[in-house]
Amino acid sequence: MLDVNALRNPRVMITLLLLIAAVLVPFFAGNFLVSFGSRIIIWTIAAISLNVILGYGGMVSFGHAAYLGIGGYAVGIMAHHGINSGFLQWPVAMLASALWALAVGALSMRTRGVYFIMITLAFAQLIYFVGVGLEAYGGDDGLTIYKRSEFAGILSLKNRATFYWTCFVLMLGVFYLCHRLVQSRFGMVLQGSKSNDLRMRALGFPTTRYRLTAFTLAGAMCGLAGALLANQTDFISPAMMHWTASGDLIVIVVLGGMGTLFGPLYGAIAFFVLEESLKPLIDWVRPGWGDYWRLLFGPLLVMVALYARGGLDSLFERAARPRHG
Amino acid sequence: MKIKMLAAASALALLSAPAVAQDKAVKIGFITTLSGPQAIIGNDMKNSVELALDHLGRKMGGLPVEVIYEDDSFKPDVGKQKSEKLVQQDKVNFVSGYIWSNVLLASLKSVTDDGDTILVGANAGPSQIAGELCNKNFFTTSWQNDQTTMAMGEKLNKAGVKKVYLMAPNYAAGKDMLAGVRRSYKGEVMGEDLTKWPDQLDFSAELAKIQAAKPDAVFVFYPGAAGVQFLTQYSQAGLKGKIPLYTAFTIDATTLPQQKDLALGVLGAQTWVNDLPNDANKKFVADFKKKHGTYPSFYGQQSYDAIMLINSAVVGLKGDLSNKDKIRAELKKANFTSTRGPFKFNTNNFPIQNVYIQETVKDSDGNLTLKTVETIMTDFKDPYHEKCPMK
Amino acid sequence: MDPQLTLYLIQALNGLQLGLLMFLLAAGLTLTFGIMDLVNLAHGSLYMMGAYFAATFISLTDSFLLGALLALIASLVLGIAVEVIVMRRLYRRDHLDHVLATFGLILFFNELVRAFWGPAGLTIAVPSWLAHSVQLMPGVIYSAYRLAIIAVGLLVALFLAWLVTRTRTGMWIRAGASNRTMIGALGVNVQLLFTLVFGLGSVLAALAGLMAAPIVTVQIGMGDNILILAFVIIVIGGIGSIKGAFIAAMTVGMIDTFGRAFLPELLKLFLSNSAASTAAPALSSMMIYLLMAGILVWRPTGLFGARS
Repeated sequence: MLDVNALRNPRVMITLLLLIAAVLVPFFAGNFLVSFGSRIIIWTIAAISLNVILGYGGMVSFGHAAYLGIGGYAVGIMAHHGINSGFLQWPVAMLASALWALAVGALSMRTRGVYFIMITLAFAQLIYFVGVGLEAYGGDDGLTIYKRSEFAGILSLKNRATFYWTCFVLMLGVFYLCHRLVQSRFGMVLQGSKSNDLRMRALGFPTTRYRLTAFTLAGAMCGLAGALLANQTDFISPAMMHWTASGDLIVIVVLGGMGTLFGPLYGAIAFFVLEESLKPLIDWVRPGWGDYWRLLFGPLLVMVALYARGGLDSLFERAARPRHG
Repeated sequence: MKIKMLAAASALALLSAPAVAQDKAVKIGFITTLSGPQAIIGNDMKNSVELALDHLGRKMGGLPVEVIYEDDSFKPDVGKQKSEKLVQQDKVNFVSGYIWSNVLLASLKSVTDDGDTILVGANAGPSQIAGELCNKNFFTTSWQNDQTTMAMGEKLNKAGVKKVYLMAPNYAAGKDMLAGVRRSYKGEVMGEDLTKWPDQLDFSAELAKIQAAKPDAVFVFYPGAAGVQFLTQYSQAGLKGKIPLYTAFTIDATTLPQQKDLALGVLGAQTWVNDLPNDANKKFVADFKKKHGTYPSFYGQQSYDAIMLINSAVVGLKGDLSNKDKIRAELKKANFTSTRGPFKFNTNNFPIQNVYIQETVKDSDGNLTLKTVETIMTDFKDPYHEKCPMK
Repeated sequence: MDPQLTLYLIQALNGLQLGLLMFLLAAGLTLTFGIMDLVNLAHGSLYMMGAYFAATFISLTDSFLLGALLALIASLVLGIAVEVIVMRRLYRRDHLDHVLATFGLILFFNELVRAFWGPAGLTIAVPSWLAHSVQLMPGVIYSAYRLAIIAVGLLVALFLAWLVTRTRTGMWIRAGASNRTMIGALGVNVQLLFTLVFGLGSVLAALAGLMAAPIVTVQIGMGDNILILAFVIIVIGGIGSIKGAFIAAMTVGMIDTFGRAFLPELLKLFLSNSAASTAAPALSSMMIYLLMAGILVWRPTGLFGARS
């Protein structure tokens, strides 16, 4: 299935090496690194879902963290009431997110451009404040989840390594889904409507319906990431849907390379590794300055926006260009 | 099949993790707020921990002590992440600190259950942990939220306040604090406002309601930087001097430099005041002032006590921290000299202690400070210990 | 006077004061947005920088007015610098790049403030000549400082209305908001106009920040949450419309204040005490976003929006 020539493409090589390394993480890394890896994978899944609508569909959703929150709260609330089966929790998390995404999408598609950005933000803030107002589930303080999702004894998510691999397999699944989606007729229409919606309509495609379907699907995927995140942190709070979390997701997608299959993975790794390593790195160069790592990280984002439009993905490709002429 | 293999592999991975030798040093993780406006509290706690270490010669039971400070950024999710890091990556023997009830509630499971590590709280005292969530691995050198404000309710009764208006921020501790007042106060509660936390800093709408309701007194709980805003706006609204203000954890040594004269004459309930006449306290306050030029706050005092409590257990076990049951038993004895005088643990590992009424006054140098005016409760237990299954 | 009526009056003043403060912030945002089509998340950082500059200059000069004036000048310089160094390069990019770059600027400014002024935040005292309360009517007592905010807010609103409708600059601004290519055709130095408008927006944001500072104190990230409200306001009002921003700001100010003041009592009719106290502040915040979503569904370009 895999073309041998493809291996000479550095992007494929890098991705393949990354994935192989990722599978092996629990064998050589300590507890903390395994947790850290799980976090990156979960955010990758969330970023893939945003990439579907933002990267391929051109819909700048500034409220994507809301679906992360809905997925998380679905798991948290059910666990709080003693419903621990993951066979129930996870589908509910995805369904709830999908339904909310459908509603938000249906209303938001009426607007364009920056109004779209803002209306998605407004709906996310709405959900955020619902979380804040849920007195029974901790309100602003959040809720501790005392039992992770259970899968009838087949999988014990309490085990760090098992949890990590579960996330990893799900990520591969979501990647595959995204790949198939983009290659399909559906994906072509979606991308076509991004570059020229009018023409696609003139060709007779009901693009709004296509876009709405993508939006809903992305909501469901992100809901799954939310369910995983709730299990990973054993805790849910409105903070996971704060608008800055939506901002982080956009940063991850753009950093990795919008509208590229593996961009979200590169983006999530870069984002979290930078977050964790910039501080010690700066401390090493100039002791005591590590606390101010965002002084570097902020301008870095500005530079990415100004000069690195294709994100890391295009960087890897550019690195390849000299050899291939 | 594949999953079974994964499970087997993961078990292998866990087994092969090297056992950590813990007997070379005492490692303490300390979680507090070191960024943002509430960092004034965190710095006071850090200073007090450092002072305690100085007093101990940086050794406990002959072992060197290492304290790792982590910033919770004033957010439950961040605090939880940092707690996990301390337990899983740094493999500390004790975790201490925690200013905020919601941060503590979010972090508790990671430390005491998943990490089986002992947590010695130095400030937050949410009702849940005193009651149904009480935990053999959780001890605190502070108080339970309701304990302090129940004492304040008593004070309101004594002062003959017939009608009171209550205000607090909308988070775990705020709700506990108001519940405490309601528990012991016998008069009428005219109104109660919970304000958005932490981002609401303009209290104009609530203060207008107080103005219209005309209560005999107002009780508020606004910790740290929020206390500065509240007192300022209370005075701007023309309420200062008209309606007496009673407080808990709103005026302390960290906020006084900014509250200044606005705090004069305002009463508060507290389990420790800097002028308590015991020797341990005199030494702590005098050395703190010598080192930092200011009075320590109750946050600092509780952190100092937390380190001294941990020290008592390490010394009692002669530095052998291999048996957690023994550590817990040793901590439970509270075999240390607290800066607040009498101190022992209740069944839920919260202190049984006195509560005092403090007032803001000027000291002999003209600096603002707090003075004990009354011992309102003696050997006082929090109301939730009966719900705690531990005996 | 009836105490209930007094309470309504005072809450209306509170709402007016909050609304005007947010109008100052939103006005600059809607101008830069309207004329340059620039999504500037860092507008809240200028609000914060204004407050920090003011705190520094007021303590240096010992005068509120002089310190505030110096802070406004410093903010103007800073705003122009930001425009020249970063924003200028973003005009021809799409909104996503704006969001990313200005999100980065927020992180940068928050951290810069922490490195320079420390993490603890600063306070600005209310100037002594405003630190009292005024009896407006029998029973209606109101803080003189908040009255001053109302006065300044109204003056700025009048000035902006005059600027936009009665001057040549205003004509270009309106022209730019509805049709960007046209102003170039009019022979206007577009670059200079953009820089000036961005500078003006920065000064307005700083003014809002320094006036809010004595009430809410000066803190890192103080602009981050209020920025989102400012965006809500300009979107409700229609991007580029000063009139729309004013009406939306007043509405949002009133909803927030009256929601906080009366929702808890209202909810206590249906809910338990503690549930009502928790839900009320959340619900009053939600109402603003509901309003915005509703208006956008009804009018996809806001109340007075010129174009999508």
